[in-house]
Amino acid sequence: MASIRLNKVAVSFPIYDASSRSLKKRLIRTGTGGRIQSQPGSGKVSVVKALDDVSLSFQDGDYVGLIGHNGSGKTTLLRVLAGIYEPSAGTVEIQGHAVPLFDVALGMDQESTGYENIVMRGLFLGLTHQQIKQRVDDIVEFTELGDFLNLPIRTYSAGMRMRLAFAVSTSIVPDILLLDEGIGAGDAAFLEKANKRLDAFTGKAAIIVLASHSEPLVRKICRTCVLMEHGKVLRVGETDAILEYYKDRSGAP
Amino acid sequence: MPDTEVSKSSSWFAAQCHHATRSGQLRNALADISNGWGHRSLWMTIGLHTIRQTYRRSFIGPFWITISMGVMVAAIGVLYGQIFKIEVREYLPYLAAGFFSWGLISSLVNEGCQTFNGAENLIKQLNAPLSTHAYRVVWSNFLTAMHTIWVFVAVALVFPVAVGWSWLLAVLGIALILLNGLWVALLLGLLSARFRDIPMIVGSIVQVLFFMTPIFWQVDMLPGRSVLLDGNPFYHFVTVVRSPLLGQVPAFEHWIVIFGVTIVGWTLTLLAYTAYRWRIPYWV
Repeated sequence: MASIRLNKVAVSFPIYDASSRSLKKRLIRTGTGGRIQSQPGSGKVSVVKALDDVSLSFQDGDYVGLIGHNGSGKTTLLRVLAGIYEPSAGTVEIQGHAVPLFDVALGMDQESTGYENIVMRGLFLGLTHQQIKQRVDDIVEFTELGDFLNLPIRTYSAGMRMRLAFAVSTSIVPDILLLDEGIGAGDAAFLEKANKRLDAFTGKAAIIVLASHSEPLVRKICRTCVLMEHGKVLRVGETDAILEYYKDRSGAP
Repeated sequence: MPDTEVSKSSSWFAAQCHHATRSGQLRNALADISNGWGHRSLWMTIGLHTIRQTYRRSFIGPFWITISMGVMVAAIGVLYGQIFKIEVREYLPYLAAGFFSWGLISSLVNEGCQTFNGAENLIKQLNAPLSTHAYRVVWSNFLTAMHTIWVFVAVALVFPVAVGWSWLLAVLGIALILLNGLWVALLLGLLSARFRDIPMIVGSIVQVLFFMTPIFWQVDMLPGRSVLLDGNPFYHFVTVVRSPLLGQVPAFEHWIVIFGVTIVGWTLTLLAYTAYRWRIPYWV
């Protein structure tokens, strides 16, 4: 049973410039503390509210698309769901194992061979050595890289590297899958194959949250959509309705 | 674009404090540290790869660490042996053992500052416990130290030192250094993520301490005990590894100091980590 429950979640980033991050400034501020206190409000910190008052709840079988402009808080929300950002207010309850898949090539090492990178990437996805061993054959078959897997991946083309990263990343079946845009690249034949795998892959996860600007992708995967703006949830509902509303709102034809 | 709002630092600070003192934060911090241990196959692999990446495609690879330390020990040994008028057969093993333990301690402190800053990319994309990165720092420095120990082994073969049960104490000493290295990596990593001057400050302090700690000079060269010596925690940590390697049992006082440093250090770290662990992904 996987579930996600966000209650009035807020995330705000303090903006530190180089000077306020330095100890010098801190120490001087402490030294002149009396003066600052006599002028209330002069010690200011800029805060960016990346998420504000977000309450959402998802259950098993919810495939959710996050849409909205750049900077509307989609990625931040995904990071909160992954447990990377602990919100500064509100509560997050997550049941099930969440796997963030923001950068499919995270943890790949140029100097290591394809096989070693399968292990590396697998460890980054939270697998154990044992689990990776069980999946290796399947991954190898999917990449179609054959003997290249014995070479360091710096000898690979970009497309080959992508195949490898994609194959390992989609070999796991998480309870909660968090995706951030642009998954899938490569030549046409591979894309076809990748799409099939992505279908099978996404069909197995209990909950998927996908942040994307790609309307076709959202339509294909997600039944529900969350429209975000300025860090707030503007609207939640059926994908078609929300996409329609979003288009009207942003004035697109 | 997100709302940018300017709030008074006092209320901002109050909100932070409120969050930091939420019940369960201590439990979260402890869970983070123990889950980090559970991720050991991850940090062990990353640590190994970091070292391999540094020396990729070089013929001798990480054994350059061994060679450079060997050259340093030999050069300083011959020169300072003459300056201090110490027999080479006595001085070289002392130097080699001292440099081995100093190298481990100083690199743990220096690299401890980069625990979180150096792992920014991973922190923002991976939902592993944050302590994973601290374990990685300790682990990769331990691996490096396992390369420098060979300098001492080589010296010990040429100028025989007493091999005995005391070497087990050296293992205990190394274990204590690593245990302290973990809190150093967590605490300094946390502070450095917030205040970017900390690594520079720590770097200079460590550099000064290299000369203040008896590594190439010996304790009995000091006329009378000095508070500059006994008050230097590095001295005690170096001694509990070096003396056993040379066949001596370290005095009881060293163990007492190390015990104290361990307790105080971990307490401070747990306090800081409890209050500010959750801010680290925001800071890096």
